[in-house]
Amino acid sequence: MIDKRVLNADEAVRDIPDNAILMLGGFGLCGIPENCISALLRKGIKGLTCISNNAGVDDFGIGLLLKTRQVRKMISSYVGENAEFERQLLSGELEVELIPQGTLAERVRAGGAGIPAFFTPAGVGTEVAVGKETRVFEGKTYLMENWLRSDFSIVKAWKGDAAGNLIYKGTARNFNPMMATAGNITIAEVEELVEIGELDPNEIHTPGIYVHRIFQGANYEKRIEQMTITKN
Amino acid sequence: MLDKVGIAKRIAQEVRDGMYINLGIGIPTLVANYIPKNMNVVLQSENGLLGIGPFPLEENIDPDLINAGKQTITMMPGSALFSSAESFGMIRSGKVDLTILGAMEVSEMGDIANWKVPGKMVKGMGGAMDLVASAKNIIVAMQHCSKEGASKLLRKCSLPITGLGCVKKIVSDLAVLDVLPSGGFRLLERAPGVSIEQIKNATEGKLIIDGNIPEMKLQ
Repeated sequence: MIDKRVLNADEAVRDIPDNAILMLGGFGLCGIPENCISALLRKGIKGLTCISNNAGVDDFGIGLLLKTRQVRKMISSYVGENAEFERQLLSGELEVELIPQGTLAERVRAGGAGIPAFFTPAGVGTEVAVGKETRVFEGKTYLMENWLRSDFSIVKAWKGDAAGNLIYKGTARNFNPMMATAGNITIAEVEELVEIGELDPNEIHTPGIYVHRIFQGANYEKRIEQMTITKN
Repeated sequence: MLDKVGIAKRIAQEVRDGMYINLGIGIPTLVANYIPKNMNVVLQSENGLLGIGPFPLEENIDPDLINAGKQTITMMPGSALFSSAESFGMIRSGKVDLTILGAMEVSEMGDIANWKVPGKMVKGMGGAMDLVASAKNIIVAMQHCSKEGASKLLRKCSLPITGLGCVKKIVSDLAVLDVLPSGGFRLLERAPGVSIEQIKNATEGKLIIDGNIPEMKLQ
């Protein structure tokens, strides 16, 4: 097996240049690559295009990269739990492309599956459809959407092995598996990195072929956006 | 007139045993509290879970387990987890039986607007466009009128559209209405204490009143 281990987040993101197109896994703050986001902050590269379902909050997740003005463009389905984001958007410093969530997921999946375009009913008759080809199948109108691919995909998994095989936990899976497949270079940070042979092949979510670099992250905060509990 | 809980209780009456259901954020989320205990339904969360359970006890909070509103949740026995692509695959292919969501406006043709108010901060459509474009059965929970008293059940939506011709039923604070495939809101039930006159005055789109309209029954 090929050993894809790197030492840490800084080594994993070492060659990401200015103006790179990145995919970052996560839904809200759940399943985001915390260590690599911190490493991108330290590295200070600018002009990034970030494809991610959300844009973090003011002081966590991608919100941190917005604060330091490292992001030129966000491609997301839902943003704006974030005052700095709103300020940059309204002042024209930040470009935003909003995509229906299912379309975003499928465009990324298509990118990783070698399918340049597909048809979806989402967005037909809305401003999302402007300038896009439509076609009727069995009496219903569908919109053509193109694949998305990245220079670097950065994903977060629960467990991984040195060969890059990944297992996710709970709803922290979300966009991570598709993004892992759609990167020219895919970086995986995991909570627990094990030796080759220690993971059960029956339980792998992302096969190692998609992953180029893997490391065990440290000090996961796993911040919760909406703490909701049942009173005892 | 119904409050938010009343709307949720009335929508819960539309739930049938064996359904897979997607609940939107806001009033739709409350519907889960009023589904009869003897019914087996499975709640889908579009961030990748079938089998949403109650909010966790404080000692069981898991940051890796949230719903589409980013709230901490639990999983029911027999749950399944999956990716966002698979989640919207099951939505697009019509496997989800019932979708309940909020709306700012609905037109008499069943068009829905619920994602954007021009001139205000745009937060994005999230999964709303995918859900309304594909769901077999959509029930909308909404206020019949704006705070200023303007009807939200319109001939034509004035706000940017989320999806065309997709709403089947509306439960508002004033009434239950079907949206007919040929166009028009057919009045089915009045909220407690609400007159047909009030509903007429609050509905700008074509309102169809056929026979005697009963007052809705709430537990």
